[in-house]
Amino acid sequence: MRLGVLFSGGKDSVFACFRAMEDNEVVSLIAIVSENEDSYMFHTPNIRRVDFLAEAIGIPLITWPTKGEEEKELEDLKDAISAAKEKYRIEGIVTGAIESVYQASRVQRICRDLSLWCFNPIWQIDQVSYLKLLISEGFKVIITGVFAYPLDESWVGAEIDEIRVKELEKLQNRYHINPAGEGGELETFVLDGPMFKKRIQIVRASKTYENYRGHFRIEDMRLMEKQEARK
Amino acid sequence: MILLIDLCYEKGSLSRYEFVDPIKDCVRRAGSRSEVLHFSEVKDEEIKRCEKVILCGTALKDNVYAKDVESFSWIRECEVPILGMCAGMQVIGSIFGGDIVPQPKIGLEQIEITTETGLLGPSRMIEGYHLHNYGVTLPEGFLIVAGARSGIEAFKHQEKPIYGILFHPEVRNRWIIKRFVQL
Repeated sequence: MRLGVLFSGGKDSVFACFRAMEDNEVVSLIAIVSENEDSYMFHTPNIRRVDFLAEAIGIPLITWPTKGEEEKELEDLKDAISAAKEKYRIEGIVTGAIESVYQASRVQRICRDLSLWCFNPIWQIDQVSYLKLLISEGFKVIITGVFAYPLDESWVGAEIDEIRVKELEKLQNRYHINPAGEGGELETFVLDGPMFKKRIQIVRASKTYENYRGHFRIEDMRLMEKQEARK
Repeated sequence: MILLIDLCYEKGSLSRYEFVDPIKDCVRRAGSRSEVLHFSEVKDEEIKRCEKVILCGTALKDNVYAKDVESFSWIRECEVPILGMCAGMQVIGSIFGGDIVPQPKIGLEQIEITTETGLLGPSRMIEGYHLHNYGVTLPEGFLIVAGARSGIEAFKHQEKPIYGILFHPEVRNRWIIKRFVQL
């Protein structure tokens, strides 16, 4: 099946893309660029760097602007998906939704209206098991935003490795944090993965952090050959 | 062992992560072991060696199961408890003489449990996640457990432990799967 992936550059949409590429043809990545940092629907940190990620994976990207106003942004999403359907003849959409009924049901309705299949390959997945799976499959994921107590400054820009997953598991038990950030606790960006043709190297980035709210802004990055990375 | 039957459009489809794996996880958390089979490969011997059967749901656009309902004819003679979810409920209803009819619904909605059963408990309102274009009419020998005749949300066979629920219990209502495992 020819598929388009709703793509933010965060771990969930990248991993959903990976799943979709196992037995289907992903022909388009669709990124909604929201002007609203608190968008209900769309992952926003570093969204403007998604073009690098699309090039690293080697799949054409459609970027679509939205002001990010609640519900109005759904019309923009529908327009973006329609454009992908027309340009790339997609038969279905893939999302990285895990728990959000708000997001999932809205994308389902758009797909129904456009007569497209809708796939959510990490829907209802156990979040800790999922983080472990990301690592074991070879994804390099960094944390680009933290937005919850008790995530301190050390999390900003950190890579999600086994130690961080154990810490998140403890925080889940103690503070009811969603370890995969489904409650908006953290945002991520993916630098490498098993289906990446090239990996991303961050050249320059800056951090801000105050009162359990931090951002890791990627200011410059470059694509690296994966063979080169192994030398 | 609980047999999970994958109703998605093909074996090993991308939909299985969404409609089969979460049920498998719920069954594991409820303390039971499960095996997954695609509906196209179910044989009598597999039914005979399981303790219970769960028929999983499908993607909204997936109606392949409905074109091949007779491949589920084993349900009529099945001796173990069966739970059909969404597409699974439609299949159960159809096998016992009901009609699969348009009943589109997406998202969280209030559901009225009208009849007390071991699976859904006493009469009350609950919130459930819907993802379906079709429902099924009430077959002979079944009673409505939730919803109304014009839009059945759950039913049960009057004599056998065969249940159907149209909403998706893996979303916000995992207790239903746990109860079925422990019935």
